[in-house]
Amino acid sequence: MAQYILKRLLLLPLLLFIFSVIAFALIQAPPGDFVTSYIAELAASGSAMEKAQIDALREQYGLDRPLYIQYFKWVGKILQGDLGVSLDWRKSNLELISERLLLTLMLGGFTLVITWSIAIPIGIYSATRQYSFFDYFFTVFNYIGIATPTFMTALILMWVAFKYFGASVTGLFSPEYVDAAWSWARFVDLLKHLWLPALILALDGTARLARIMRANLLDELKKPYMEMARAKGMSEWRLILKYPVRLAFNPLVSTLGWYLPLLFSGSLIVATVLNLPTIGPLLLRALIVQDMFLAGVIILIYCLLAIVGTLLSDILLAWLDPRIRMEEA
Amino acid sequence: MSTAKTSPALPQVEEAVPVVALPDLGREAEAIYVAPNWKLVWWRFKKHRLALISGVIIIFIATIALVPDFYSTLPPQESDAIRSFVPPQRPRFFGPNGEFMYVYEVTGQRNPTTLMMEWVADEAKIAPIKFFTPGYEYEIFGVIETDIHLVGLDNSAGVQKFHLLGTDRLGRDQWSRLMAGTQVSLSIGLVSVLLSIILGVLLGGISGYFGGWIDMIIQRIIELLQSLPPIPIWMALTAALPRNWSVEQVYFAITIILSLIGWTTLGREVRGRFLSLREEDFVVAARLVGASQARVIFRHMVPTFSSHIIAASTLAIPVMIINETFLSFLGLGMRPPAISWGVLLHEAQNLQSIALAPWLLIPGLAVIITVLTLNILGDGLRDAADPYS
Repeated sequence: MAQYILKRLLLLPLLLFIFSVIAFALIQAPPGDFVTSYIAELAASGSAMEKAQIDALREQYGLDRPLYIQYFKWVGKILQGDLGVSLDWRKSNLELISERLLLTLMLGGFTLVITWSIAIPIGIYSATRQYSFFDYFFTVFNYIGIATPTFMTALILMWVAFKYFGASVTGLFSPEYVDAAWSWARFVDLLKHLWLPALILALDGTARLARIMRANLLDELKKPYMEMARAKGMSEWRLILKYPVRLAFNPLVSTLGWYLPLLFSGSLIVATVLNLPTIGPLLLRALIVQDMFLAGVIILIYCLLAIVGTLLSDILLAWLDPRIRMEEA
Repeated sequence: MSTAKTSPALPQVEEAVPVVALPDLGREAEAIYVAPNWKLVWWRFKKHRLALISGVIIIFIATIALVPDFYSTLPPQESDAIRSFVPPQRPRFFGPNGEFMYVYEVTGQRNPTTLMMEWVADEAKIAPIKFFTPGYEYEIFGVIETDIHLVGLDNSAGVQKFHLLGTDRLGRDQWSRLMAGTQVSLSIGLVSVLLSIILGVLLGGISGYFGGWIDMIIQRIIELLQSLPPIPIWMALTAALPRNWSVEQVYFAITIILSLIGWTTLGREVRGRFLSLREEDFVVAARLVGASQARVIFRHMVPTFSSHIIAASTLAIPVMIINETFLSFLGLGMRPPAISWGVLLHEAQNLQSIALAPWLLIPGLAVIITVLTLNILGDGLRDAADPYS
């Protein structure tokens, strides 16, 4: 087990290196460097910069040097914990991102819990009562769930909440807690707001996962060990929960590998619609105003979250299923 | 098809027993033995009712994509600042003067307190709706000039415009814009999937057919691309597109960006098929007879799994459509003056606009219906793709 995890961890630096190159290439992609757009922005607001100042800025970021040196400078700074400064917000990127990252992770984790606690019971029910009314009902529900983009769900719920309850469901905090320091009251306030975006995000994943759970369980239910256990007189529910459900879990856990990254980056769109203080809307704004260093750091964080998600699912799967760790070790 | 009695698994019969020696099979059973692959797929697909209905709906939506102007009632770009935020005018049936279908003319009044324009249906003024009636001029496929539209107003009543789905901020007719958007959104999905198929079949095929270190490299690339978080990457790539690009340039750039990651799923599928087919007798036989590699691949291997590719691509189109929609919705994909479903939904991005004009959300319904039917159709095709199973 330890060997297996170690093997996965050893690949991590290589992946991180490749992803950092990709992120760097992406922030270099727009025409002109960011100092140019910064000067243009300043000029638009009526103030100008002196030539010396401009050159100093260029030198600070190594913009006059070849690309690979710029890359190493950028990565080197990030490795030292210096995430750079956002020219758009006039704040350090670290300060901008830290709380938003925490909220992004909380939203993701919360969504995951909701997704699983809805999808698994639906999957078990549909498989054990195949072709029943509710099985069909959930199948239709799942199809619609997959076909509805998350931002549509968010827009519709936002409209319903406004039209019929007169409530605005945007943001993650009540006005009095937006800039407050962390406290128990603020946390409770957060939970009061967090459930709706989490539910919206969960609907999409639930539809997919319930389908997978149903298919897995249907395969298991046909196997001879079920007959055997029934012949021994085991009660039906205990039997189902104890053997086939546990086996049907494994493929579900392996979906975490793609579901977690999808969840983090998918939350971006819902967060934009509902105006949530997560890193998603920050990235969108950074990309639109070409605040490329902030964008680069956020893209790197998304990559990191994707890697961690895959790693987590691999480790969890190896822990759940001895066959996998025997094979790989 | 009652084949259970007469036919055990089909391929074995074909291999083991010469067809002439078979005892009198019914007419139906005989038809099954001689049917080509596509016919078997079609017979199986027909049994999936929901998929069949979805297919019919998709064909209808495709006709909208082909000639959106025929379904439009007004030029989609035409704005009319006075008629902004007109709510949808519900068509009514069997009017007092024998009209089959008609709408009430709307008149705007400014609310004295909020200063907002409020549109009221004037039940005294009836505007009859006619089918296949002349309207604005347009061209079908850029060659046939015509002015016939599916629906239009009977001009004798003196009413010039009607809005089935209301109007937006600039008074543009949302129904007509939805039709124009269908063309762009649907074709972006199709073109991106076509690009994905080309990349996927080419690279997946090379990977599966040759194996060895080429396979290793292509597989690592696929894994790497699949472990990237797609949404932020797409956003960064589309945000980097120059602002002064024309609509066509942005259109093709977006299809390329979407298929850059999209081909990996198809590539994996194709590789798997190639790996399992490589050792099949008929492939080995073709190779021993001296067929060229290209002939082995395209004449013998590709046709056996083409139905799988068609099913997989049908399931890939809705994914592409959703991706284009959210990119344009965020303002990073297609940009006005281009019209796509995402561009239309961009107008409904915040609470203020949807509280004022909830009908701006209707293009979302078009997305849901299209994606839903394409998914059901794809599932049906996938189940039918292997007629021997």
